[in-house]
Amino acid sequence: MTLSDEELAEELTDGTAYRAPSRLRVVTGRFFRSTQGRIGFAVLALMFLLAFAGPLVNRWSYTDKDLTAFMRPPSADHWFGTLQTGSDVFAVTLRGMQKSLIVGLLAALVSTALAAVVGAFAGYFRGWTERSLTWLTDLLLVLPAFLILAIISPLFGSGQWVVFVIMLALFLWMVTSKIVRGMAISVKEREFVQAARYMGVPPVRIIFRHVIPNLSSLLIVDATLNVSAAILTETSLSYFGFGIQPPDVSFGTLIADGSRTAVYAPWTFWFVAGLLVVTVLAVNLMGDALRDAFDPSAKRSR
Amino acid sequence: MSPVLEVSDLTVSFGGVPAVRGVSYSVRPGEVLGIVGESGSGKSVASAAIMGLLPPGARVTGSVRLHGRELIGASQRQLAAFRGKSISMVFQDPLSALTPVYRVGDQIAEAVRAHQRVSKENAMVKAVELLDLVGIPRPSERALAFPHEFSGGMRQRVVIAMAIANDPDVIICDEPTTALDVTIQAQVLEVLKRAQAKTGAAIIMITHDLGVVAGFADRVLVMYAGRAVEVGAVDDIYYRMRMPYTAGLLGSIPRVDRGRQPLVPIEGHPPSPAALPPGCPFAPRCPMRVEACDDREPPLFEVGAGHGAACIRWEEVRPDGLARQAAAGDTSRLRVRGERTVLAVRGLVKDYPLLRGAVFKRRVGTVHAVAGVSFDIRQGETLGLVGESGSGKTTTLTQILELVPPQRGRVVVLGHDTARLSRGERTEIRRDMQVVFQDPLASLDPRMTVHDILAEPLRTHGRPAGRRIRELLALVGLESSHAARYPQDFSGGQRQRIGIARALALEPRLLVLDEPVSALDVSIQAGVINLLDSLKDRLGLSYLFVAHDLAVVRHIADRVAVMYLGRIAEIGQVEAVYDAPAHPYTQALLSAIPLPDPVRERSRERILLEGDLPSPANPPSGCRFRTRCPKFRAELTDEERSLCVTVEPEVRPLNGATDQGAACHYAEKRGVV
Repeated sequence: MTLSDEELAEELTDGTAYRAPSRLRVVTGRFFRSTQGRIGFAVLALMFLLAFAGPLVNRWSYTDKDLTAFMRPPSADHWFGTLQTGSDVFAVTLRGMQKSLIVGLLAALVSTALAAVVGAFAGYFRGWTERSLTWLTDLLLVLPAFLILAIISPLFGSGQWVVFVIMLALFLWMVTSKIVRGMAISVKEREFVQAARYMGVPPVRIIFRHVIPNLSSLLIVDATLNVSAAILTETSLSYFGFGIQPPDVSFGTLIADGSRTAVYAPWTFWFVAGLLVVTVLAVNLMGDALRDAFDPSAKRSR
Repeated sequence: MSPVLEVSDLTVSFGGVPAVRGVSYSVRPGEVLGIVGESGSGKSVASAAIMGLLPPGARVTGSVRLHGRELIGASQRQLAAFRGKSISMVFQDPLSALTPVYRVGDQIAEAVRAHQRVSKENAMVKAVELLDLVGIPRPSERALAFPHEFSGGMRQRVVIAMAIANDPDVIICDEPTTALDVTIQAQVLEVLKRAQAKTGAAIIMITHDLGVVAGFADRVLVMYAGRAVEVGAVDDIYYRMRMPYTAGLLGSIPRVDRGRQPLVPIEGHPPSPAALPPGCPFAPRCPMRVEACDDREPPLFEVGAGHGAACIRWEEVRPDGLARQAAAGDTSRLRVRGERTVLAVRGLVKDYPLLRGAVFKRRVGTVHAVAGVSFDIRQGETLGLVGESGSGKTTTLTQILELVPPQRGRVVVLGHDTARLSRGERTEIRRDMQVVFQDPLASLDPRMTVHDILAEPLRTHGRPAGRRIRELLALVGLESSHAARYPQDFSGGQRQRIGIARALALEPRLLVLDEPVSALDVSIQAGVINLLDSLKDRLGLSYLFVAHDLAVVRHIADRVAVMYLGRIAEIGQVEAVYDAPAHPYTQALLSAIPLPDPVRERSRERILLEGDLPSPANPPSGCRFRTRCPKFRAELTDEERSLCVTVEPEVRPLNGATDQGAACHYAEKRGVV
């Protein structure tokens, strides 16, 4: 192709630093331009800072027991009060937050990613891929979660939180994946997917570049809901002796224990519950902002 | 005669945004008023306001008088008494205008019984009469059929039958033929004329097609940005227009009777109703703009008897289209075809199985979508593939684009036979053959920025993006700052330019264009056609241009192939085929296209085809066109006919023609445009 000389000259004069306005850059820009996104991101960052930097300024660790103070309300010595065992509530809450933030966020991301990939592959390829993936999804839906847990539990001891995250994610993805499959089928019929095929783009790349981004509204909503779902599921798993075991704590175990004493010793419950609410709220704000940033038809907030 | 319907100073606004801004007109009994305008000009909203069919959020002011009785502000009850009786309406989409679960006879009878006190039996008899009037064969039988058993053209006839059921005084037709093929459009317009002659009703014909109005209307009202910008007798509008917009509109239409010459697009795009420019709304796009244009919006000046134009410089507006017509005569070129063949299709066949049953699918028939099609495209050449819906042109296109071995026949793309392609070769061909789709919004991923859209083909084939994207944007007339935006931020014409830029990213040699301009407004369409034309010359491209609009093809193509029911009826050089078509189908097709030229349109002899396209699952024996062929019906002897019935004609070169062939046993050249 030959461009005329004038056009070439023009290209050369102002073509020094050309920043490619790719999707990643535009979406990031739009995310941080929205108030919701900024607030959500700031709050979540603060929570992480609190969870990981907080223990450094507190003189109690989560394993310490103050034998001089059982069930005491908040004071200068114990900022959030103490538990029946003499543990410092501030210390255990931060310890629980460390676990729950990582487990909750990761489990939500993994389960949504799993749902997106399985659903999109099943919807895009149809045929045998679809049949086997749908069969797998249905199998996991009907198999009782505890059965799988019973089989797998010997494989992970305490402290292997990566396995725990994957376990949690495995229970959350199936229904979303079925929805994604249906939507992927309709996206596949759209002309821009045809256009990409005729351009020679490989099918797997079409799925990741065209199909999944066009389902992003659903996926982001799903991921935000999954964060709280993962934190709460973790609690029930802990009851059955999986996941977080004492003396280690998580939001789940703390809320379960604290709810029993909440009436006469509110500090054992309300600080944990409050932080959980703030975390989930921040995640929701971020999810909303991210969804709007991805969606070109959303109103611009500048 | 006193006017039957008088509209004065009608305004409609939705939530403070004006859609119609002071439209006035009147129609007399038996008169046909054409309202033309591009999408968004407010033409459909204005007519819906007359019927009282606007959604609750609309604010309507002004006056609409039917026989002197005011309709604006009338109660729903009063309106219901008028609707369907004094005013009736024919909608664009005949499928959604009919209830799918009732028989058509019952639906027409319902329209009759809504306003007349007759028994069910009598209403049904009347319904059958009406179906007969609108030209539906075997009306008493067909009255018992459901809407889905009718073809598009037949459905529109049913809708017309319902519209005239109560002898209305005014029939409002909102784009009645836009969804139909040209030969069916000609039939439906004929039916409308007959219906009008029978009822003596006034017709308000709303359309974007200046050709349809030319032969049909007595007076024309041109709308732009919610206002009437010119109104007058049909000849005044077409030959003595006094508004630059009308002149621009007429100059931008590709015409089937004129050879290749650059169209004159109207710059820019229509203003958004929420942000109208100060002064004349057309001023930003107007070639005759002066400073005074921005002062205030011009009223409709009286420029002649019954002729008004909203332009302060109306005295200087000249119809430049006529001058161009005179100059066009000497452009007939005798092109020598290129040496290298970029695409060759030989005897391509594609069948689809017709399956029945939900659980156990069994084959109940075969749809012969493409039944032996052959053509080739040489380097630097444009082949127009035209045909009505169901002719198999899209199937042919996908067969070529898929690059898989065809069911039968051969497809050779850029020297590679698709039956023997390795993976690497296929990727290589994909780089050299690109496609532009019909609907620019659907073919661009809404979640990608323009930069990513244009970068996709480059990245796929391992080329650096960056600078190339700005080159591409400049090439199609967009700015490099547009790269950060999403497709939905652009107008239709700009989106199609993005689609073209994406197709050009890899410097292809062959571009497949699937109806690239049919979703665009006329004034925008001309710009895209010109762009395609200039790109071809600059970049040495070859085009396969699929379209149903024969006028567009005449403007852009070097050769044309006319398809009918999965086969090529006629193929050859554009000038030869358009000036002297030899196949009866091509003749009928060309004669069915309305010209934006009232005098010629009135004097033209139409070759009307009867009936609809036969089902491709069950094509006629011998010549596929014989069931609708006017020649077969009227001119041939029985002896000659037997050849048509038994032997399927192949495309044969015509005697004495350099490059023209027709698939007809009795091909005979004949000028019809």
